Amino acid sequence: MTSTPIKQSVHVIVNGKPYSAEVPTYRTLVDFLRYDLGLTGTKETCSVGVCGACTVVLDGKMVSSCLTFAVRVDGSEIGTIEGVANGAELHPVQQAFIDNGGFQCGACTPGQIMAAKTLLEENPHPTEGEIKAFMMGNLCRCTGYYQIIDSIKAAAEQM
Amino acid sequence: MNDFSFHAPESLKEALELLSNYDGDARVMSGGTALMLLLKQSLVNPDHLISLHRVAEARAIQVTDGVLRVGGLVTQREMELSPVVREATPLLANAYSRVATVRIRNAATVGGGLAQADPAMDPPPSLLILNASVKVMSASGERVIPIADWYSDYYETTINEDEIVTELLVPVQPTDMAWTYIKYLPRTEDDYATVSVAALGKAVNGKVSEVRIGLGAVSSTALRASDLEAALQGADATFNVLKEASQAIADIVDPTSDPRGSADYKRDMSVVFARRALQQVLGVKD
Repeated sequence: MTSTPIKQSVHVIVNGKPYSAEVPTYRTLVDFLRYDLGLTGTKETCSVGVCGACTVVLDGKMVSSCLTFAVRVDGSEIGTIEGVANGAELHPVQQAFIDNGGFQCGACTPGQIMAAKTLLEENPHPTEGEIKAFMMGNLCRCTGYYQIIDSIKAAAEQM
Repeated sequence: MNDFSFHAPESLKEALELLSNYDGDARVMSGGTALMLLLKQSLVNPDHLISLHRVAEARAIQVTDGVLRVGGLVTQREMELSPVVREATPLLANAYSRVATVRIRNAATVGGGLAQADPAMDPPPSLLILNASVKVMSASGERVIPIADWYSDYYETTINEDEIVTELLVPVQPTDMAWTYIKYLPRTEDDYATVSVAALGKAVNGKVSEVRIGLGAVSSTALRASDLEAALQGADATFNVLKEASQAIADIVDPTSDPRGSADYKRDMSVVFARRALQQVLGVKD
């Protein structure tokens, strides 16, 4: 890596708010969100697109922010966990995770919430099989998954 | 990660000119799900990265003259969900639906997957038995490569450095043949398979009328078992015949030992899963 990395400017809308920054071309989207924009809700754990902790919504599609370059999202709209609640009012998916024990340590939770919210927007009344198929890419080492499935079923009732 | 210049051309023409100008110092990125891993590990260190996300071309899915035509920038999630693909080639729609996770399929593209050519990917066995072909384009023109001549080695294809995959061409799947795609996943549902098998088949009056079979994850490229297909032509469609014939698979696979199984185990499982796939498409019970 050279001492003066090649930089480019990135203009994005994150959770409805515009941001601009000058970043090295190799900056990943998850690092951009956390270190350049200070939005540390999105977590990075596996760094190879497997675990789902870094899940964000890019122009309406959920993606791994660890497998996306910040310069790639110039001009795009991004949704992160910080944009899910409406002020102090939690989103039904967030409330359902609290009510149903859908998390313990919380490291995977922002990704779980982003994926679950995307699922329910695409498919408001998923079957248990559909929940499992869609959420397969979001790993959790605490809950054993059953409470996450219960949380999503409960959220579907509320939405 | 190595330092690189990032380019976001708005047309294939512009992308191909950049690729030609940087002559070997550039890499093309579409979804990025595979290339990003190679970049993170410094297995590739391009001076220039050409991202195709702003290119509006090569994103259509259509059937013309009995051929499904899929733009290279169509995502794998679109392949899974497209009513056109499901109707024309249900086997292929199923194979793409089994790739990794929704999040990866949302980003990963058809052209990117073809160029990456990991032998354990889901689509290749189906592409082989559907007699697909790949259209590639360079600044100086385009050419069409039959899928049988596409995969050349681990992560290697016959594409040239100045070319981009622009289209996948797949003859419409025969509607009178049953199809299946099975994979053995001893670890997790989103993992690469220990062995995967795609098959098409038809039995008439208890005899094999036609059968096609392809395997993934058990050699340096996906394989088509052409000799087995020929040997089964006209054979009795019975469990014992299929079990006997499937032994031939052990001689054509060349697996490597890894956490998904030892080479010997993968060879044995290749035989078992080939037999099961043949049973499914020929309607033969245990």
